[in-house]
Amino acid sequence: MSTAANEAPRSRGKAPAGERVADWADGRLGIYSLAKANMRKIFPDHWSFMLGEICLYSFIIIILTGVYLTLFFHPSMNEVEYHGSYIPMQGQLMSEAYKSTLDISFDVRGGLLIRQIHHWAAIIFLAGMFVHMMRVFFTGAFRKPREINWLFGFLLFVLGMFTGFTGYSLPDDLLSGTGVRFTQGAILSVPIVGTYISMFLFGGEFPGTDFVARFYSIHILLLPGIMLGLVVGHLILVFYHKHTQFAGPGKTNKNVVGMPLLPVYMAKAGGFFFLVFGVIAAIAGIASVNPIWSIGPYRPDQVSTGAQPDWYMGFAEGLVRAMPGWEINFWGHTLVLGVFVPLVIFGLFLAIIALYPFIESWVTGDKREHHILDRPRNAPTRTAFGVAWVTAYMIMLIGGGNDIVATHFHLSINAVTWFVRIGFFVGPVIAFVITKRICLGLQRRDKEKVLHGRESGIIKRLPHGEFIEVHEPLSQEQLHTLTAHEQYKPVEIGPTVDENGVERKVKRTEKLRAKLSKSYYGEESQIPKPTVEEYKEITSGHGHH
Amino acid sequence: MSSQDIPEENLPAEQGGTHVPKPADEKNPFADPGLPPHEHRIQDIDERAAKRSERTVALLFTVSMLATIGFIASFVAIPHDKSIYVWPLGHINAMNLALGLTLGVALFTIGAGAVHWARTLMSDEEVADERHPIEASPEVRAKVHADFKQGAKESVIGRRKLIRNTMLGALTLVPLSGVVLLRDLGPLPGTKLRHTLWSKGKLLVNMNTNEPMRPSDIAVGSLTFAKPEGLEEHDHGFQNEIAKAALMIIRLEPEAIKDKRELEWSHEGIVAYSKICTHVGCPISLYEQQTHHALCPCHQSTFDLADGARVIFGPAGHALPQLRIGVNDEGYLEALSDFEEPVGPAFWERG
Ligand code: HEM
Ligand code: FES
Repeated sequence: MSTAANEAPRSRGKAPAGERVADWADGRLGIYSLAKANMRKIFPDHWSFMLGEICLYSFIIIILTGVYLTLFFHPSMNEVEYHGSYIPMQGQLMSEAYKSTLDISFDVRGGLLIRQIHHWAAIIFLAGMFVHMMRVFFTGAFRKPREINWLFGFLLFVLGMFTGFTGYSLPDDLLSGTGVRFTQGAILSVPIVGTYISMFLFGGEFPGTDFVARFYSIHILLLPGIMLGLVVGHLILVFYHKHTQFAGPGKTNKNVVGMPLLPVYMAKAGGFFFLVFGVIAAIAGIASVNPIWSIGPYRPDQVSTGAQPDWYMGFAEGLVRAMPGWEINFWGHTLVLGVFVPLVIFGLFLAIIALYPFIESWVTGDKREHHILDRPRNAPTRTAFGVAWVTAYMIMLIGGGNDIVATHFHLSINAVTWFVRIGFFVGPVIAFVITKRICLGLQRRDKEKVLHGRESGIIKRLPHGEFIEVHEPLSQEQLHTLTAHEQYKPVEIGPTVDENGVERKVKRTEKLRAKLSKSYYGEESQIPKPTVEEYKEITSGHGHH
Repeated sequence: MSSQDIPEENLPAEQGGTHVPKPADEKNPFADPGLPPHEHRIQDIDERAAKRSERTVALLFTVSMLATIGFIASFVAIPHDKSIYVWPLGHINAMNLALGLTLGVALFTIGAGAVHWARTLMSDEEVADERHPIEASPEVRAKVHADFKQGAKESVIGRRKLIRNTMLGALTLVPLSGVVLLRDLGPLPGTKLRHTLWSKGKLLVNMNTNEPMRPSDIAVGSLTFAKPEGLEEHDHGFQNEIAKAALMIIRLEPEAIKDKRELEWSHEGIVAYSKICTHVGCPISLYEQQTHHALCPCHQSTFDLADGARVIFGPAGHALPQLRIGVNDEGYLEALSDFEEPVGPAFWERG
């Protein structure tokens, strides 16, 4: 760099073409200032940071393949008779949407592949976002200054669910049509406005002739447009905040350690795009997803058994299946709790995780920036809460396939449903308790390791016959890494009388916070990390332990 | 959400940040020793190893080129309806498999090449970048606030309340037009959900044969699906009508019918129920003749068709509506009225 700066500017003709183009662009766009800050930007390396990349790349793949699909897909519900090359469907009545999807699958060469890549990428996109979100959660990467980016990511996950849902509804096949019917039934359950929303969404009664066209513009324009904006915003914020990193030698809250964007990170991340795309393309070649030709066109009076939505809708499906069919009739109205309650729980359950960063920062009262990630064990209550949340989610996912679980494991569907109903409430509690214990156990082990060294696997016999395992002291790097985390003290309510001796009213929220804070950072919720004094006392005392 | 009341000393010391560890501080065994020294890879030392890496990367990129050629060849050469048997996948479309695998390999090897290149040949020395606080310095903050106040003052919005209030009013109202424009997305619900195509005298037509039915056509224990006469697949609006009118007909021994009204509305043990599940509207398709149970395949709501189709399991909230049937002069099964209650999922106005 320094040599380049020292060189006198070359004459126009001689500069390499690339440089001239860059100069031209810089004169108009100011790209050099941008590049100065970012070209050698440092990115830390950790396998879990690739999860977000998987989401980004599958999103790009989805857009590319989606645009291709729009070239052939007809978003119309006009009924036509099929005369394409798929013999078993000859002469059948079906919507143009379904027919064009058959054509994409059978008459457009490579069309089936692109359809399957689109669908597989959607499944992986959502799975990637879910796991990525968990990574961010369990390492505390959502803390200040990244709360807004957490919300962006959360919104992407939710919008992704709906984009996926509107997408797989487009072919108007029997399976997805059943899913749309389910949605319409759920909309009807909304008090007061349910029937209106349903009529407006479907252009009249279900199924009508409008929803494919409407879902189409939502699916290819509205939601992806918003998501693209969010993705760009998400990435800008990642750049701006710089990446988080795990504690380690040389890594502080004030720096970021890793490799520069150009060339290493660019090669790795760029290469990773091709890896992800390659794997998805191969999967799409090998494993069929949503073979709509074997399902048939949608008819509201027909159904296929074992109807299942894509996995990301399984949670909602589970809630609806597990809820008892309560209905309350009064004054000529019906409150359809059996369907409406799951709808509400669905929203609340997601909202909890979306708002969690704000709850935690309120409990800790910590308004500082955090760039060093927590190891999950060092935040036992948060980790336990997260595991409890995931447990409830997974139980409902199982509930969404209760019939499949039942037939597969030869259980009665009744038993599976009751397991899910009880499990939804009990499972998270058990998961919380167990996780917290495990975290504390791991903290204890870390402390042990710091104070007494690592088990070396070498057994020594002492003169008096006792066998002991030799412990090797840790290096300073390891000692630092294991003791770098911070530990909060629980918030006290503070004196209830002020300096003049006047009794102060303790607000309810204050009490709540003290209580929560205790459950987060009280004695039962963290193992005090080893202090230098403890360490010195032990290491100076008897050498061999 | 203020934290003013939390004393500062309750917060733990910042991670490694505030008291930048002095390497000289030998007293603290936990102090940050700083970035570990860079360790050379074999490729950094041994040019032969580096050459090997170079060849590996080049090989991967070459494989990618070949795979792309393979993709194009498959596209051109393989008949697009050819099906082949591949263990363990079963019979699959040959072209889809070939295209997927060649494209997959073409992309994957580019990625693998790039990553291998980065890992073995590009510098792997870790470097540290500084972070700067996200929030602005107090001076910048003060400047921005002052600028804003100045701007607000110059706009006179604070002083000229009338302007401010009418502007807020206008801006609040203008989106209303947008809302109004959405009105024609669909009709108002009215009583649409309460009526179906069934009415007095409509014949029950067998869904499979498209013929009207006589009681003798229906065997005990069988399950037949029916639609109202005059509704044909090709009709405009068929889907909407069948979504409400689809019917499930079974024949029970009249003695087996436990519900009094069910018996009254039946004909010689033949009962007609709405096929549309009262949970969220899936069509019910499974019937167990011994128990007279009908099962919805979507969420397993189970209805006892011998007992007023009440719900005996699952998330459905109420019984399936029954259609009153009889026979006409020519001996064909006919409806005696429309359903008395709305079919399908419950809704607010259902009552
Ligand atoms: C951003 C997230 C997106 C997700 C999660 C998603 C998901 C899906 C899914 C699961 C299907 C069903 C495919 C099938 O099995 O038939 C689908 C269909 C479709 N998508 Fe997307 N999609 C997304 C974005 C897009 C975009 C940006 C476009 C176009 C610009 C697009 C265009 C289409 C079209 C035309 C279809 C119907 C064709 C067919 O079903 O074969 N999608 N989408
Ligand atoms: S639609 Fe029948 S059980 Fe849900």
